[in-house]
Amino acid sequence: MYKPTIGLEIHVQLSTKSKIFCGCSTEFAQEPNTQVCPVCIGLPGVLPVLNEKVVEYGTKLAVALNMTINKYSNFYRKNYFYPDLPKGYQITQYSIPLGSEGFLEIHGNIGNQKVRILRGHIEEDSGKSMHSGDITESEFSFIDFNRSGIPLMEIVTYPDMETPDQAYEFLVLLRSIVRYLGVSSGDMEKGAMRCDVNVSVSKDNTMGTKVEIKNLNSFKSVKKALEYEIARQIEVLEKGERIVQETRHFDEHDGTTKPMRTKEELNDYRYFPEPDIPPLSISDEYVASIKREIPELPHKKEERLISEFGISKDYSRSISYSQKLAEYFEDVVSFAGHPKEVSNFLMVNVVAFMNDKGVEIDEVNFDKHKFKELLDLIDQKVISGNIAKEVIDESLVSGKSPKQIVEEKGLTQITDEDAIKNAVLEAINENPTPLNQYLGGKKQVYGFFVGVVMKKTKNKANPDLLNKILMEELNKLSS
Amino acid sequence: MEIGDLTIKDIASRVKRNEISANEVAKFYIEQIHMKDPLINAFLYVDEDGVIKRAKELDNLKNKKGLLFGVPIAIKDNMNVKGLQATAGSKILRGYIAPYDATVVQKIKDEGGIIIGKTNLDEFAMGSSTENSAFFPTRNPLNVEYVPGGSSGGSASAVSAGLSKAGLGSDTGGSVRQPAAFCGVVGMKPTYGRVSRYGLIAFGSSLDVIGPLTKTVEDSAVMLNVIAGFDAKDETTAKVEKEDFTDSLGKEIRGLKVGVIKEIADFNVQSEIMQSLKVSYSKLEQLGAEIIEVSLPHLKYALPTYYIVAPSEASANLARFDGVRYGLEGEGENIKEFYEDSRTKGFGSEVKRRILIGTFALSAGYYDAYYVKAAKVRRAIEGDFESAFSKVSSIILPTTPTTPFKFGEKKSPLDMYMSDIFTIPVSLAGLPAISVPIGKDNKGFRVGIQLIAKWFDEATLLRVAYALENY
Ligand SMILES: [Zn+2]
Repeated sequence: MYKPTIGLEIHVQLSTKSKIFCGCSTEFAQEPNTQVCPVCIGLPGVLPVLNEKVVEYGTKLAVALNMTINKYSNFYRKNYFYPDLPKGYQITQYSIPLGSEGFLEIHGNIGNQKVRILRGHIEEDSGKSMHSGDITESEFSFIDFNRSGIPLMEIVTYPDMETPDQAYEFLVLLRSIVRYLGVSSGDMEKGAMRCDVNVSVSKDNTMGTKVEIKNLNSFKSVKKALEYEIARQIEVLEKGERIVQETRHFDEHDGTTKPMRTKEELNDYRYFPEPDIPPLSISDEYVASIKREIPELPHKKEERLISEFGISKDYSRSISYSQKLAEYFEDVVSFAGHPKEVSNFLMVNVVAFMNDKGVEIDEVNFDKHKFKELLDLIDQKVISGNIAKEVIDESLVSGKSPKQIVEEKGLTQITDEDAIKNAVLEAINENPTPLNQYLGGKKQVYGFFVGVVMKKTKNKANPDLLNKILMEELNKLSS
Repeated sequence: MEIGDLTIKDIASRVKRNEISANEVAKFYIEQIHMKDPLINAFLYVDEDGVIKRAKELDNLKNKKGLLFGVPIAIKDNMNVKGLQATAGSKILRGYIAPYDATVVQKIKDEGGIIIGKTNLDEFAMGSSTENSAFFPTRNPLNVEYVPGGSSGGSASAVSAGLSKAGLGSDTGGSVRQPAAFCGVVGMKPTYGRVSRYGLIAFGSSLDVIGPLTKTVEDSAVMLNVIAGFDAKDETTAKVEKEDFTDSLGKEIRGLKVGVIKEIADFNVQSEIMQSLKVSYSKLEQLGAEIIEVSLPHLKYALPTYYIVAPSEASANLARFDGVRYGLEGEGENIKEFYEDSRTKGFGSEVKRRILIGTFALSAGYYDAYYVKAAKVRRAIEGDFESAFSKVSSIILPTTPTTPFKFGEKKSPLDMYMSDIFTIPVSLAGLPAISVPIGKDNKGFRVGIQLIAKWFDEATLLRVAYALENY
């Protein structure tokens, strides 16, 4: 049995209003080179000034990932030439990062798994090169410096993951955390989260040869790339060949990984301390104040919703990983009670509606008052749970209140025992064959009669009464 | 009294009192430049139209105020003045026009100063003679067969020749003090962090300090009043209280302890300079100061340390000059060739040498042996000064080991580097220092004597310098 070993390097774009070393706006998708100044395009004579918000956001994220915040951290220059790197070096943290030695506990299908985090450091992003066609044959290139100087936090994990699912789970949780903290949009598709993976396989406890995979533009790509790469490495080893230590590129179209075509020369980045920025000093008080600002994080909330409200694990996770959904859920439950029912309606009906329309929970016209109205209608046995689903779906679309819908559509539940009894008797009389089957011992035919009665009452029969009466009548016949 | 003989204070106060117009002052200096600069070549660019326009604007102001009101200031061409060229003396920036003002330039403008032009320098401030300027060398106004020193040779010779009332230079290892000494003017390097570097084209970022070149110590103090101060655009500037540096001028120095360095004996210093140094000791003693011997045991390591630290930082600082966004554009089949061609054509040989030294020193496998070691020695040199300053409040030593040399005389780079042997240790420690002309050599050049004070104690520095100057 081969055991894969997976580590992640994630760049999280911090969503501060201005860039890390200048006052330029960080707004996404603006006209190229409109959000630039002498500092972020590296004109002669400029100096970087560290944005305090970047330190705040970085510290928040590091604390949330259980890292130790270093009292002093420093900036370095990472030297390399590339047209979209205006200064010819990137300002980044190196020997002492903002945060060190943290962990994140992921709840996977295979149980909890602690993924240790080596470090988290802040740095600047480069500009963006756009080539006319293929990079190697491109006649000319454009450079957009709007991205130059956008703040990033790089998070490096230990190779503590063993399956693509765990890597996927780590990323999903991390995205949820950065959103909870409000430090990043976490949108991988927009480049606000970028991930490189390191993966090796081994039959024993020694580490296999590590391969790095780049160009992973979505969570799904990460998973697919890992699945492919693990299979590829096993195949290579099975053939008795060796894994080459290299950087591979994930091809989204055919789902394979390929060696990077451009011959990457062994880069010597010649790191040295950035003389323009004094060491960053962070006090215990500052860290304490940041800690106080950190809300209950999704994985903790997930556990609490289960223990506090007894809702299902799946629902709890789906609700918790979205801060807005979780807020909505808790708000409704504190107002209207019935956590299980609320989680059910929320996940089955409301979220389906949201996905269908592509809207967020705060754009949905179904507030806690409507939710309570709906739950009250069920409580008072005016409608059944089944009808309630119909009502909520209708309410989501039309915006009408549940009461109004029930009245307009005449959905009020039938609680008149005589009416239900009539329907039951009709059902029995009209279906002699199933009746004989039932009486002959085929008890599962019972459900058939329930269906017939529901149909006759247009789903409005009170389920408890229906059951009671149907059972009584059938029992009479069988005795 | 002729305009050229007035101090900064004189000019500013007379222009403010309408005794003389800014326009007259400006015209006087423009005329001086027309007459003398063709021989000296101090300026790379003279902003004649801008100067006259600015002077008229100042004259038309009702509320005339500012420490430099109507005073012409020459700016070394490695500092950004909005709308003017900023070449750093390099072909790679030929034709580059600065889109913003350096903080020091903004401050000069705010005080009513007039930027008269951009002065010559060794390319990217790397050199001690202005011979490394990509355009032409500047000549020493005291004798045009000799170099004016460098790298701020343009500003020093402009002030010395009376082409500008004052000038700004930048000092990384002596680039203000050494040309001041060679041209017989006063040159100050303030404490690292005292003056904003924003808008100064970086050479060695942990060493670069902007400083004034002036005729007198008083003018130097006034200039420091203008350019000093914390700047939100430069994180390495210090938040220290604002002070008036002219306050300490003329205060007696009785009882002050002045250090002389024991290790001077280990260096080969021109005899006339040693003579001037001794004269300075006795002047100070006569003024009541106490001369005390101090030791700087790591002094001899300063030069090699500097030639690791400064080129390392320079190798990164100059990486932005790649021809992609501005400056000289090379040719090439691909980006690598384009870079190589741009930088090969754009940089001169001394700049290339230092980029190579720096790149090497930072390379994997050499970093610890060179850069890290140099950083350690730098701390040791700082430590030497710190213990010396526990005994004295200032230190006196020569600015240079020799008086000016002729063009082409320094054949090897190392010979040239030796010219900064007494200024470099001070730069490594980030201390404030000033070169004051004291005495003469047998060719008629002034001898520059250097004073050093504690970190951020420019007040004492100027106090002792003023006493020595006016003895
Ligand atoms: Zn900017």
